[in-house]
Amino acid sequence: MRLYALAVYLFLYLPIAVIAVFSFNAGRHASQFTGFSVQWYGKALSNPFVTEALWTSFVVALSSALIASVFGTMAALALQGMKGRVRMVADALIYVAVMVPGIVIGIATLIALVTLFGWINPLLARLAPEGQAPQLAMGYGSLIAAHALFSMSLVIIILRARLAGMDRSLMEASADLYAPPFATFWQVTLPLIFPGILAGFLLSFTFSFDDFIIAFFVAGSETTLPIYVFSSIRRGVTPEINAIGTMVLAVSLILLVAAQLTLRRGIKTGAQ
Amino acid sequence: MQSQIDPGAQGQTGDRPLIAEFRAATKRYGAVLAADALSFGIGKGEFLSFLGPSGCGKTTALRMLAGFEVPTSGDVFLDGERVTDVPAYRRPVNMVFQHYALFPHMTVAQNIAYGLMQRRPRPDRAEVARKVDRALDMVRLSGFGPRRIWEMSGGQQQRVALARAIVNEPKVLLLDEPLAALDRKLRREMQIELQTLQRQLGITFVLVTHDQEEALSMSDRICIMRSGRIVQAGSPLALYDQPINRYVADFVGKSNFIDGVVSALSGEGGQIETASGYRFEGRVSGVLAPGAKASLSIRPEQIDLANSAHPGAEPVTVINRIFLGEHTEYLVRHAALGDLLVLVARQAEAAAGSFAPGAAAFVAWKPETALILPQD
Repeated sequence: MRLYALAVYLFLYLPIAVIAVFSFNAGRHASQFTGFSVQWYGKALSNPFVTEALWTSFVVALSSALIASVFGTMAALALQGMKGRVRMVADALIYVAVMVPGIVIGIATLIALVTLFGWINPLLARLAPEGQAPQLAMGYGSLIAAHALFSMSLVIIILRARLAGMDRSLMEASADLYAPPFATFWQVTLPLIFPGILAGFLLSFTFSFDDFIIAFFVAGSETTLPIYVFSSIRRGVTPEINAIGTMVLAVSLILLVAAQLTLRRGIKTGAQ
Repeated sequence: MQSQIDPGAQGQTGDRPLIAEFRAATKRYGAVLAADALSFGIGKGEFLSFLGPSGCGKTTALRMLAGFEVPTSGDVFLDGERVTDVPAYRRPVNMVFQHYALFPHMTVAQNIAYGLMQRRPRPDRAEVARKVDRALDMVRLSGFGPRRIWEMSGGQQQRVALARAIVNEPKVLLLDEPLAALDRKLRREMQIELQTLQRQLGITFVLVTHDQEEALSMSDRICIMRSGRIVQAGSPLALYDQPINRYVADFVGKSNFIDGVVSALSGEGGQIETASGYRFEGRVSGVLAPGAKASLSIRPEQIDLANSAHPGAEPVTVINRIFLGEHTEYLVRHAALGDLLVLVARQAEAAAGSFAPGAAAFVAWKPETALILPQD
């Protein structure tokens, strides 16, 4: 039984470990380890295609995580105030949104945006002077929108749990102590759910930074880091790709741990 | 049963001017009537308690006063002003919540200063600090200002909640079962402290509780509630000595009840006849007609327990004996009247000797200490 478990873990983590180990390989070939070196990290980070893709990924992840945190928080607060069946349906839809396969979200977003652009672009062409009409197309905007949409459900799920665990009488106490609703939100509700918002932001960032499937459909001419890795793999796995993969892994792990820690800290301070 | 009894039975606010008033305040949640046309006044500087079992509407009454519930119909007045639709944050009252509702992300001092800091224009910081210190002093927590809430014990949190409310000098201080979460000894201490504080500050206190001992020991006046109505209001002594029905007698202090019908009425006194043919005299309290169902109420401390028969005494068997320190509580069984609770004072027991379970004994009480009450 123990051997069986060990096999499962090996199967899960060995490929990842191999990538991490070979990213420090001095030699060019992935088949034999010829010595320790960080030269591939240097090569990867001085490659303009890599840095550009990294920048794109960073901007998309940051923007979509910010949007998802703000709107996810608003949605979670609104859901908290709703009652009965409406809330149940809304909650269920949010869980479904997380479980829908990425490929379905990717295709659906692509079709939706293409259709939308198909309607709007002729309108813009008619409104603007000849030849100067802006053309809506896939790119940063569609990437950020698609990622924000998915991440929002992550933020909502985290915050719903946090809000449900919060003592309602805290808000009443604030009102009783002369704070109008907005002051109560600012001074009591927001500080208490902030760890949840931060954890949601970090998870959203990680999701967007790693995502390949949705990005592949809606990126247009933009190249995010996962898309770059995918396209360069077709020319063979180089140690440079290993280095990039290891960096992405490190960033993701750090952010995930940070999200867990903020949530746990938040639970402690939020406890009665 | 009628809810609006004559002013005498409602209990007086004394010579005090009114600080708060309910006028036919009704609160309905769907089919449930949580407050049924409540009409009564609260006197300035009074310590008033709402007493009743859970679901009797006492908390709803308090929350209508705080501004957390808007009456379905009727009005609420505070200091002569109609506040029925005024939101909680504009009412000059403060509440001590059942589980304290202290802000966990703030220090003790920040919690206490919260109400003061909402004032516009913002008050002077030094002035706030001074008031916070004085409030901490008043609840005997000097020096605890910089502490975090979770570093405080339950009793200390209770004091912080109290300080957070009184620092604002509210016109009425509302207390929602404030001592329910404390252990017995601490509860006793806080009861005395609350009472002292109320006298010092002269603020009107309105307390909601299901603990009759708490209400009896602290209040100037108690409103006994049932099904959204006030059954009887009056001083603790008046409620104890002249309950208007069995419900009140049962809720205020311990009592023995013997059920029957009214067989005779004469002025203040009357007679009750049980199903098994026993007849007992007693004072009549509440509204009764001959032939009506009634209960004879005898307080446990009014019953004499003797080991020899004498005229008017009834034979019983001792079932149980509980030593309570200054008193001993006996449970005795009468063949026809059922179980009776008897409280024997220490000195009396020392003189007459104690009874072991299973022993035969005789009980008797003076007719003027027994009350004949409507059953409902």
